[in-house]
Amino acid sequence: MPDLLIELFSEEIPARMQARAAEDLKKRVTDGLVEAGLTYAHAGAFATPRRLTLTLEGLLARSPDMREERKGPKVDAPEKAIEGFCRGAGVARADLEERDDKKGRVFFAVIEKPGRPAAEIVAEVLEDTIRNFPWPKSMRWGSGSLRWVRPLHRILCILMGDAGEAEVVPLDVDGIRAGDVTEGHRFMAPEPFSVTSFEDYTAKLKRAKVVLDANERAETIWNDATNAAFAAGMEVVADPGLLAEVAGLVEWPVVLMGQIDAAFLDLPPEVLQTSMKEHQKFFSVKNPKTGRIERFVTVANRETADHGRTILAGNQKVLAARLADAKFFWENDLRVARDDKMQPWLTQLENVTFHNKLGSQKTRIDRIAALAREIAPEVGADADLAEQAARVAKADLSSEMVYEFPELQGLMGRYYSDAAGLPAEVAAACEEHYAPLGPSDAVPTGPVSVAVALADKLDTLAGFWAIDEKPTGSKDPFALRRAALGVIRLVLENGLTLRLSHWIKRAFDPTSLQGVAADKRGTVEDWAEVAAPFLEVDWEPLAQVFHDALARHFDDRAALEDFFRERLKAMGARNADKWNKTVFVLVYFTIIERDTITAPDLLAFVHDRLKVYLKGEGIRHDVIDASLAMQGSDDITLLVKRARALQEVLETEDGENLVQGFKRANNILTQAEEKDGVEYSFGANPKLAETDAERALFAALEAADARIRPAMQAEDFPAAMAAMAEIRPALDAFFEAVQVNTDNDIVRRNRLNMLSQIRTTCLQVADLTRLDG
Amino acid sequence: MHAADTPKSFQEIILRLQAYWASKGCAVLQPYDMEVGAGTFHPATTLRALGSQPWAAAYVQPSRRPTDGRYGENPNRLQHYYQYQVIIKPSPPDLQALYLGSLEAIGIDLALHDVRFVEDDWESPTLGAWGLGWEVWCDGMEVSQFTYFQQVGGHDCHPVSGELTYGLERLAMYVLGIDHVMDMPFNDPGAPIPLSYGDIFRQTEEEYSRHNFDHATTEMLLRHFEDAEAECARLLQAPEEDPKMHRRIVMAHPAYDQCIKASHFFNLLDARGVISVTERQAYIGRVRALAKMCADAFVTTPAATGEAA
Repeated sequence: MPDLLIELFSEEIPARMQARAAEDLKKRVTDGLVEAGLTYAHAGAFATPRRLTLTLEGLLARSPDMREERKGPKVDAPEKAIEGFCRGAGVARADLEERDDKKGRVFFAVIEKPGRPAAEIVAEVLEDTIRNFPWPKSMRWGSGSLRWVRPLHRILCILMGDAGEAEVVPLDVDGIRAGDVTEGHRFMAPEPFSVTSFEDYTAKLKRAKVVLDANERAETIWNDATNAAFAAGMEVVADPGLLAEVAGLVEWPVVLMGQIDAAFLDLPPEVLQTSMKEHQKFFSVKNPKTGRIERFVTVANRETADHGRTILAGNQKVLAARLADAKFFWENDLRVARDDKMQPWLTQLENVTFHNKLGSQKTRIDRIAALAREIAPEVGADADLAEQAARVAKADLSSEMVYEFPELQGLMGRYYSDAAGLPAEVAAACEEHYAPLGPSDAVPTGPVSVAVALADKLDTLAGFWAIDEKPTGSKDPFALRRAALGVIRLVLENGLTLRLSHWIKRAFDPTSLQGVAADKRGTVEDWAEVAAPFLEVDWEPLAQVFHDALARHFDDRAALEDFFRERLKAMGARNADKWNKTVFVLVYFTIIERDTITAPDLLAFVHDRLKVYLKGEGIRHDVIDASLAMQGSDDITLLVKRARALQEVLETEDGENLVQGFKRANNILTQAEEKDGVEYSFGANPKLAETDAERALFAALEAADARIRPAMQAEDFPAAMAAMAEIRPALDAFFEAVQVNTDNDIVRRNRLNMLSQIRTTCLQVADLTRLDG
Repeated sequence: MHAADTPKSFQEIILRLQAYWASKGCAVLQPYDMEVGAGTFHPATTLRALGSQPWAAAYVQPSRRPTDGRYGENPNRLQHYYQYQVIIKPSPPDLQALYLGSLEAIGIDLALHDVRFVEDDWESPTLGAWGLGWEVWCDGMEVSQFTYFQQVGGHDCHPVSGELTYGLERLAMYVLGIDHVMDMPFNDPGAPIPLSYGDIFRQTEEEYSRHNFDHATTEMLLRHFEDAEAECARLLQAPEEDPKMHRRIVMAHPAYDQCIKASHFFNLLDARGVISVTERQAYIGRVRALAKMCADAFVTTPAATGEAA
């Protein structure tokens, strides 16, 4: 069985795209081959800065022959139908066969598709792959119209037979003819050479100073770097992302270690690290004795006669210039922090737009500060400190260092707040209020940091919800899912009991209400009084419209608008169609819209994220639904407690059976209630019990209730659930022995009332009716 | 390359680049006689990258970035500096090799240095232009920008131009081993009257820094910006047929001059700190609209289509 080797040789491919491109090459080519009937045994894909390579082993030499029979129209069908059938099947009229069928004589077309040689199929599939390659960004060059990530120079495409003979697959893509030739390292071995197999290819590449496998390059870099550092008594700061990137910048990695000038060793280590990484792609090397970053590792793409001396000297010089910049920024910033307490930065933020519909960074900070102040008591933080922290938390966005290195935002805020002599909690909040940034990022625990972090995220969520910039599908440009998850984790991991719906409503920006400050917003009646004269109606019926609108819980804006229009028209209001020109009505409309549409929608979004989060924690989705259906579900700490208790009890046999028993009780009860048109919630009388099973169930219920009540009061849901689960044997025995719907109406009603008691008892922790199965 | 081949001065590096690209068939043009922010603004690049006609040009372009002024004190930041620009259309298949040859020509021994092509996509929001390419690193230092133009003035480039931009001061400082730009020999240090970069530019850097940051009259600049904007549009709205010559004369280049002016006035206003972040985008959009109009006009002219006038 033949093997196939493909190499697409181009100008330098961006490092970040290489791994994905190798996989795409593999997928597209193998998919295409398999679809055409060419299976293979093994595939491997590789990338270097200048080449994408695919090797396939054990490819079929030909695709298998295919024979297909297709039934056509009757022989006496109209000529047009027969012609159409021939066209569709791709056979000539004369080649149709007549056969007997249930309906009479019909035409049959026999389509023979002989297998094709691998080379032919490979050529087609590869051309199609090249022309339709999914590069994140591609370009044209010269006079051609072919697109590739950078100009494509060579196509190597050979099939190797079992005897070891290599055959070039005939292929020409926009003037680039496939061959068996490639090139080595751009500088160290630029001569082209031809290859006969994958082994020959990798061996010759290595001789030509190219390591084909990115993992091998990364390993070499990491080993050489750690060895060099170790020899100097130091250690390399691990950075897998940087390692992968650097491995994509070289074909022949040569590790060089250099010294950082003593003048820069006092810069914050994060600044050194970021500057070296972002600008120079250097690894940081730490001295474990001093804890400082004192050296760097750079990776060159070649060996030189002077063993890299010139290269290292050049890199060192560039680094010195970069760090001189960083030092300049650092010292300037420290001056602003120390002498002016960061005030000039805050003033500058007035002119920085956060989002054109959500105002400047300054107005955003004002909102967050107000919110942080209100939230503070709920999270055990000092309100003044929380407000102060929120006011300076974004100040570093105006600093020179953060302008240069945006990824240092927050961290620099911490340094500068310290320099400004602000309280430690405030400095910590500057850094921590952005957290958590991802599912595995640590959650802050300091109360001031928590208050600011919550306020920041709630403001972001409410802001973008208010201007209808919600995430859709894979698009979430403002990272709102991350913000929602941040809120969830802040609350849960700090065990906070917050009424989320309240804080979400609160977070909606009062300034979006047509410039009306929050404290100016009075009652429905106040608004109606102000608005009434403009519409030339009495204020009382107008207030009623507002009340009705609130009570209706509209879930979409258009419906709410229609409601307003109709009601105002009915009242004979002047300009009933143009009610929204009346600012006071509009303001109240906005409040109603916020309270009944936008805020609940945002709460539902947070609940969705919570479901995703809890699923990740292994909690069943129906358990989450059952817990969400309970009152007060916007206290998510409580909600998660419920969910965990329910999940736990469901994993026991008693728990699972209790749910079955409960459902049975609930079904019988619901049916009876529907049929009788009453609710059996009068309480059952033990004296009317006829059987031992009934009496036992009464006793079990009583015993359970006595334990459940204090457990619920203490929000000890596991204990409550465990007590419920203990009703199970008595309930099972009851259903075994007793027919609920007996002819004796008094006994029947008493039994139904008892089932109702069971339902009430069992629904205390979660809505068990929402459980699957 | 031997040590004897190392250039001695800033100007020698420029002369060698000129000789090298001339030997590779480029028309060696002179700088455009207007204030521009980068060599790309020269009509030899911006406009000539458009249309079907082959083109090969190389030139030095003095460039001004008012916000980069540091009163002559920063070792590598200047508000007035030189770019070396090469543009070849269609981009030849060996452009990378040609480029590396130019580094050797100015004394960079490729056997001792580590030259790398690192992804850097180029975009000019003011010109409505973008392309893909790299910044070229030599031992970790960016020495050039290498771009395949894909779009200019909102028009797809067909054929595609290859564009090389060398930041001359930085490159020369590297080749000559100089730490502060003002210390760099401008002419041969052994000349009877040796002149350093600082001898020539320290005072002007100081004067222009003061001018750009604190004294350029903003009301006047705003007025000039609007005049240039209006003039650009007006020139392009003129009837294409010239009544005197009785033939089609589209004033694409004079209009484009106004676009260049508007761009420079904007840069000065920016340096004066009177443009807010939100306004900034609006101004850039206005300059881009001009560049686009000029591009629209240029592509209809003989220099772009190759048809006789």
